[in-house]
Amino acid sequence: MVDITPADGIPPAEVAEVELYHPHSWWTKYIFSQDAKVIAVQYSATATGIGLVALVLSWLMRLQLGFPGTFNFITPEAYYQFITMHGMIMVIYLLTALFLGGFGNYLIPLMVGARDMVFPYVNMLSYWIYLLAVLVLVSSFFAPGGPTGAGWTLYPPQAIMSGTPGGQDWGIILMLSSLILFIIGFTMGGLNYVVTVLQGRTRGMTMMRLPLTVWGIFTATVMALLAFPALFVASVMMLLDRVLGTSFFMPAISELGQQLAHNGGSPILFQHLFWFFGHPEVYIVALPAFGIVSDLISTHARKNIFGYRMMVWAIVGIGALSFVVWAHHMYVSGMHPYFGFFFATTTLIIAIPTAIKVYNWVLTLWRGDIHLTIPMLFALAFIVTFVNGGLTGLFLGNVVVDVPLSDTMFVVAHFHMVMGVAPILVVFGAIYHWYPKVTGRMLDETLGRFHFWVTFLGAYLIFFPMHYLGLMGVPRRYAELTDMTIMTESARHLNSFISIMAFIVGFAQMVFLFNLIWSIRHGREAGGNPWRATTLEWQTPQTPPAHGNFGKNLPIVYRWAYDYSVPGAKEDFIPQNMPGSFGPSREPT
Amino acid sequence: MSVIIVFLFVVAGFAGWWLSHQGLMSKPWLEQGLAGDVVALNRSTLPTAKIGLGVFLAVVGCLFALFTSAYFMRMAVPDWQPLPLPRLLWLNTGVLVLSSIALQCTSVAARRGQIDTVRLGLATAGLTALAFLIGQLMAWRQLTADGYLLASNPANSFFYLITGIHGLHILGGLVGLGRTTTSAWTGARPERVRLGVELCAMYWHFLLFVWLAIFALLAGWAATFVDICRLLLT
Repeated sequence: MVDITPADGIPPAEVAEVELYHPHSWWTKYIFSQDAKVIAVQYSATATGIGLVALVLSWLMRLQLGFPGTFNFITPEAYYQFITMHGMIMVIYLLTALFLGGFGNYLIPLMVGARDMVFPYVNMLSYWIYLLAVLVLVSSFFAPGGPTGAGWTLYPPQAIMSGTPGGQDWGIILMLSSLILFIIGFTMGGLNYVVTVLQGRTRGMTMMRLPLTVWGIFTATVMALLAFPALFVASVMMLLDRVLGTSFFMPAISELGQQLAHNGGSPILFQHLFWFFGHPEVYIVALPAFGIVSDLISTHARKNIFGYRMMVWAIVGIGALSFVVWAHHMYVSGMHPYFGFFFATTTLIIAIPTAIKVYNWVLTLWRGDIHLTIPMLFALAFIVTFVNGGLTGLFLGNVVVDVPLSDTMFVVAHFHMVMGVAPILVVFGAIYHWYPKVTGRMLDETLGRFHFWVTFLGAYLIFFPMHYLGLMGVPRRYAELTDMTIMTESARHLNSFISIMAFIVGFAQMVFLFNLIWSIRHGREAGGNPWRATTLEWQTPQTPPAHGNFGKNLPIVYRWAYDYSVPGAKEDFIPQNMPGSFGPSREPT
Repeated sequence: MSVIIVFLFVVAGFAGWWLSHQGLMSKPWLEQGLAGDVVALNRSTLPTAKIGLGVFLAVVGCLFALFTSAYFMRMAVPDWQPLPLPRLLWLNTGVLVLSSIALQCTSVAARRGQIDTVRLGLATAGLTALAFLIGQLMAWRQLTADGYLLASNPANSFFYLITGIHGLHILGGLVGLGRTTTSAWTGARPERVRLGVELCAMYWHFLLFVWLAIFALLAGWAATFVDICRLLLT
């Protein structure tokens, strides 16, 4: 081993145990824990819990759309409330919280070779504020007037007027308060994720040796830290409009023949603020998925990731570009044609780094030793789904195509494919991949394969026909479609079919949940490194890793994260912390 | 939205500068063993808490940049009637400057290990910051007494909103300052006190800068400045 003299910027080989907070009781160990791994599980469990609520809401919506008039309790008001809560929960309280709070907390310290996050106390607070935000959100279901039905984008002026469910009741107030809390909590966690990657890396772990998972989560967190303030500003200002009667967003408007006190406010201002957050949000969810899927593919194809450098650049590039495309969500708001042109251009440019990533995934698979394990199946499904969703994105990125399609089911199909199904597939793949590390046991294989095929094929059967409905002109956001001429007999049958598929796919998720719980006790023992992976989280002395992650000495990193099937090496993987050099260099420069 | 875009360019500049030091051109697949020079670039020598605060300040900066963006966009609507700023704000500005100077002196004293000066400085900074907050509240009362209510005009709404959010940030800073002051009085390790003082100073200077910027914004000078920029650009 090369002897290195300690210099500035080189972290010490040993981090004294005293620096860690040691839990003294059951409460501080499992409930008010400062251990990032426990916090990760708390985040994931809470996100899954609230995600289930959103899943049930989507069933209720599908009941109404698939079998209109059959279920009397689904009034148009209730339908709007279901739409709103389903969207908001899935995007923010499930996906964002799961990827950054769940996977970020679990994987960042382990993958960079740190004992814990750099500010464990703040990290703990982050979870509890998130939980509070979720509780406030849930409480709106029980508030007088029910939750808000303003649509997940909460556009004013309708969001705070009496015609919208929850607009003049508690719904919108609780929604906005919950968002504000979420953002405060997320900022606390986000600081941790970023600074841990910056400062917590162990010896030898340069930025360019980080697994792409960490790059994805890191970049997404930086973006989230800069994008969420826009939602914060929008929420605070709308809250003032609603509660104290200011006119930030509310124009002069009359309601039920009564002129309201508001005057001159600009709804477009809200749209700008909202989408300034909203578009980066797409990539806040997508980038961790990109990173994770890269690691899954490389590990389960026993091959180094193709074009690592390019992958890192693409992640950073996508992160930067995603801040200058927000107005493509506002083509129908009557913007200046030159603006539309500008935002269409930037939108289409994002296709370049994204396409690079897709090529690199496919080239990683090329002549790899592909093991069709469940994580690999999900990763492959992700690539296909993401390409699909991305292609319809090219349609909608163009102003002339977007304007007629904007209010149709086509948009619903597009964004569900690209930011609903695709990231969720990665979430599943990642859970099957890392569950053995978290619990020490494997998830059940048969149930897993059942879950995969039903989810993957089912999601296609749900969302693929929706594109056709959209192209026929079937509008979105409508609670009742029966009397429209667009709704031909076949369109109605298609709608019923989509609904039935939605129930089947939802049922498969119950099987998955059962698997998650059942395997904690009854799963096959996994051992420390069941996938024979290189990254540091698989090299911990205990499985599941103890508090402090790495025993007495932190690992020292000697290589990048993708040394699979190196010629001349004894095994087909070389852990990052194994010294020595093997084989000829594999890629000519 | 131009203000926030400019702000993001600045952040992107920092990020780009940092990234350019991370060996983005290196070929990790060829490097085995401890890569000599690259390792030394591993992480910053600054204390982790300072980096954390730096990142947080970027988020706070983003927040205020967004408020400013919203301010300019809303200002363009004809119902906008600027409100006369109370003279008291000048006094408040002076007090906040004093607070910042006090913390700067404290930070110098902490480096030299003069614990008495540190205690004095921290107390001064805390009291002046508190005085600033009280001054801001008095300015609010003065405005409401003169009939400039929160909801009566968007200019007023923005005034109360932005000064309110800024005040909340000062209040949060006072919690941190309070903890540092306690540790200075109870005889914590000098390096701990020093770090605390430096963090407070950093936060205070930043909030002073933000205050000066929003003061200029609320007084209307920023709009004039932006108009000049626009003229130059077109």
